[in-house]
Amino acid sequence: MFTENQYIWLIFLIPLLSFAVISLILKPFFKNKPKIAGYVTIAAVASSFLLSLWVLIQLIGAPHHELSVPDISWVIIEGGASINLGLIVDPLTGIMLMVVTVVSLMVQIYSQGYMKDDPGYHRYYAAMSLFTTAMLGLVLANSLLLMFVFWELVGLCSYLLIGFWFHRPSAANAAKKAFLTTRLGDFGFLAGILLLYANTGTFNVVELHELAASGMLAGTVLTWGAIGIFAGAVGKSAQFPLHVWLPDAMEGPTPVSALIHAATMAAAGVFLVGRTYPLFENSATALQTVAIIGGFTAIFAASIGLVQNDIKRVLAYSTISQLGYMMLGLATGGVAVGIFHLFNHAFFKALLFLGAGSVNHATKTFDMREMGGLRKAMPKTYATFLIGALSLAGIWPLSGFWSKDEILVKSLENQPVLFALAMITVFMTAFYMFRVIFMTFGGEYRGKEHLHESSSVMTIPLIILAVLAFGSGLFNITGGFGAFFGHGETYSFIEGFFGIFAHLLPWLSLLLAGLGIFMAYAIYNKKWLSAEAMGKRFAPLYKLFYHKYWFDELYEGIIVKKFLIGGIFRVFHFFDSKIIDGGVNTRFVQGFIVRNLFSWFKSFDQKGVDGAVTGVADTTLIAGKTIRRVQTGQLQFYGLIIGMGIIILIASLFLFG
Amino acid sequence: MTIGLEHYLVLSAILFSIGLYGALAKHNAIVILMCIEIMLSAVNIALVAFSRYIVPLQLTGQIFAIFAIAIAAAETAVGLAIIISIYRSRETIDAGKIDLMKW
Amino acid sequence: MGQVISFWLFAVIVIGAALGVVLLRNVFRAAMLLILGFLAVAGIFVLLQADFLAAIQVLIYIGAIGILIVLAIMLTREITMGSPSNKFRIPALIIAALFAGGVIYAVFNTPWQISNSPPLETTTSSLAVKFFGENGFILPLEIVPIVLLTTILGAIVLIKDKK
Repeated sequence: MFTENQYIWLIFLIPLLSFAVISLILKPFFKNKPKIAGYVTIAAVASSFLLSLWVLIQLIGAPHHELSVPDISWVIIEGGASINLGLIVDPLTGIMLMVVTVVSLMVQIYSQGYMKDDPGYHRYYAAMSLFTTAMLGLVLANSLLLMFVFWELVGLCSYLLIGFWFHRPSAANAAKKAFLTTRLGDFGFLAGILLLYANTGTFNVVELHELAASGMLAGTVLTWGAIGIFAGAVGKSAQFPLHVWLPDAMEGPTPVSALIHAATMAAAGVFLVGRTYPLFENSATALQTVAIIGGFTAIFAASIGLVQNDIKRVLAYSTISQLGYMMLGLATGGVAVGIFHLFNHAFFKALLFLGAGSVNHATKTFDMREMGGLRKAMPKTYATFLIGALSLAGIWPLSGFWSKDEILVKSLENQPVLFALAMITVFMTAFYMFRVIFMTFGGEYRGKEHLHESSSVMTIPLIILAVLAFGSGLFNITGGFGAFFGHGETYSFIEGFFGIFAHLLPWLSLLLAGLGIFMAYAIYNKKWLSAEAMGKRFAPLYKLFYHKYWFDELYEGIIVKKFLIGGIFRVFHFFDSKIIDGGVNTRFVQGFIVRNLFSWFKSFDQKGVDGAVTGVADTTLIAGKTIRRVQTGQLQFYGLIIGMGIIILIASLFLFG
Repeated sequence: MTIGLEHYLVLSAILFSIGLYGALAKHNAIVILMCIEIMLSAVNIALVAFSRYIVPLQLTGQIFAIFAIAIAAAETAVGLAIIISIYRSRETIDAGKIDLMKW
Repeated sequence: MGQVISFWLFAVIVIGAALGVVLLRNVFRAAMLLILGFLAVAGIFVLLQADFLAAIQVLIYIGAIGILIVLAIMLTREITMGSPSNKFRIPALIIAALFAGGVIYAVFNTPWQISNSPPLETTTSSLAVKFFGENGFILPLEIVPIVLLTTILGAIVLIKDKK
């Protein structure tokens, strides 16, 4: 039916069709049956999942782990460069397709329960379908230009979904902040793309890789191109300094946070670096930049997450921190290392977010200070959440352990300073995660709501994701994941599973994680140490962390208000109003042109044109008045005139023969 | 001197112009009508004169003149009827005063 | 010889009558003079060997039209008004004079082709032949009565009392 793997286009076209159906057919005509929108989306994403699975299977069997899909010509410039659109199907694509479709499917199913009775049901699923389309297109695109299109589309959907409850000013502002902040990064991304295009004449990722590897594309061009691309990644993945939007993005519905801001869109930045990795490989500066920003962000965000009281905010900062880990992994260990952590993180972070949503459904709040003792009332949520937390903290044998361990190993080899920071972050991660567990599920319930477990449409996705969160690390037990990406050897299962303890590092990381869990247990469960007392002792640090290092105030208060608006824009405004409006407009335009030229025009118009027009009218009137006097009504007068006419006729007859 | 065609024609012309003057320059509508009769008579004279002197055997002019007389009679009748009708409504037969069809 | 005297006599009478019609103040006398003028015209017809026509002239012009005019004068008793001249008399005079001048000039400058054959003695039968014979003027002869009929009807309608 399709030639040469063209069915792969369907992977992202089917959700696009679902978006079109929902927005053009279901929303106008089936307003009373909103549930259909949900079913359509789930069907579409499920089909994409099946197709992606098939692609993965094909990939594993294919030589070099690659499938080829023919390009479509988009712009053909004779004698110049043409822009083609195409798909690239390699191991990276295969893994990302699975991540996106699985998490998206789970979230869509979960949303059936979470978004029930919401008046914007159609809009939600339409935006979700469009987002899935864009994300899948992003991972499939083989041209930086096409990738940029989908990149922007993903940003748009994020805006629509963060600001889903737009009548809440906080949500609307959060959406705007997210869009603008990522825009800043996208500017860098576009600059990088154009720089590379100007110097190589191609957008195609494969060709760029070859050019970079062969050394034809090198030096400052390559470095700045790579840094530009990384700027986009910094924006989308909420790395320092463009991290400010992600915590605010928690204003959106929780499934949105799970899908977009934990598992997929936030990971798009990491994916982008992975996709263009040969560019970074061949530019030591760019690679170093990635590592430093990633490593710093990891500890920076974790420190803020220690003291937040909103459960989703903790998870948001955790996401930023883990993304930093991924960047560090990419920079130090290569594509497989970073992407493996992305793979695992997607599942357990989505799980944690959906669990938080389930908790919210029961307690009607996100503030952990009003929760507690939920493990009894919501056992399924508790169990799955615990699995997710253990995985995030990096406890063996759950998935997070394996990928985090790889990152630590590689960073120890290449970036010792950042390694130290990463180790501290391990401790922090475990601590804040279990702080959440103990505050939310441990102790006694501090709130007033009637508690109940969520419906199965919400708990089943939790269970499925928990299974994945537990076991997704096992994909690399035999080194298969790394081998899939073309580096790393394979070894036997036992060797992989237990052999890890032959080295020192895993022990160290487990120790730190355990310490973190224990600290959280001590403070929040057993209350051996009081949280408030600790907060007072470390008051300056606490303040620093709590106020998110005052970055929001810096950005909005100082940079935007004082510097931009007060400074630059005021200069522009002055220039515009005084010099242009005042000088040019008043003196030149109004004074000279208007007064002289236009007044001449005006008089010409009034006297000349108007005069001519009224003159014609007046002439007609006067002529009429005069001529009508001929009609005397007197018979003999007419007779006279006839007589005169006859005389004239006779005379002319005589004169002219 | 023999009386030639010119004599009659000149007579006709003078008669016609006298009638013309009267038709244009009199107030009394009936007098105007009388002057029209004079004009018609002048034309009849001219017609018969032409007939007599140019084609005497064909009598065309006389036939024409017969018709002219008949029509003149008819026209006089109607004209007088009009005048009397106007007199009935307006109490005047002054041609200068009947000017309703003016501007 | 007799012709010359007759012509001049009739000519003078008819012009005199016409001038009288135009210039007299008294409408009734003007009407009488008009009738005299008709008589003179009939005389001129006789001179022109149009005997039938002369008879017709007397019958109709004097017998019908003249009486009609007198009748109308009687019915519209504007005796006090009389027959003055209106404001157009000078232009009318000029026009009339010019007209007369033009026609006389034309008369004298046209080469008339006077025929040599003598006129017919009695015209009546010839006229009858001309009317009713082959290629005759029968159609106009029939139409004229219709015209007269229409005229009579029109006159009656006009005169009828609208109440």
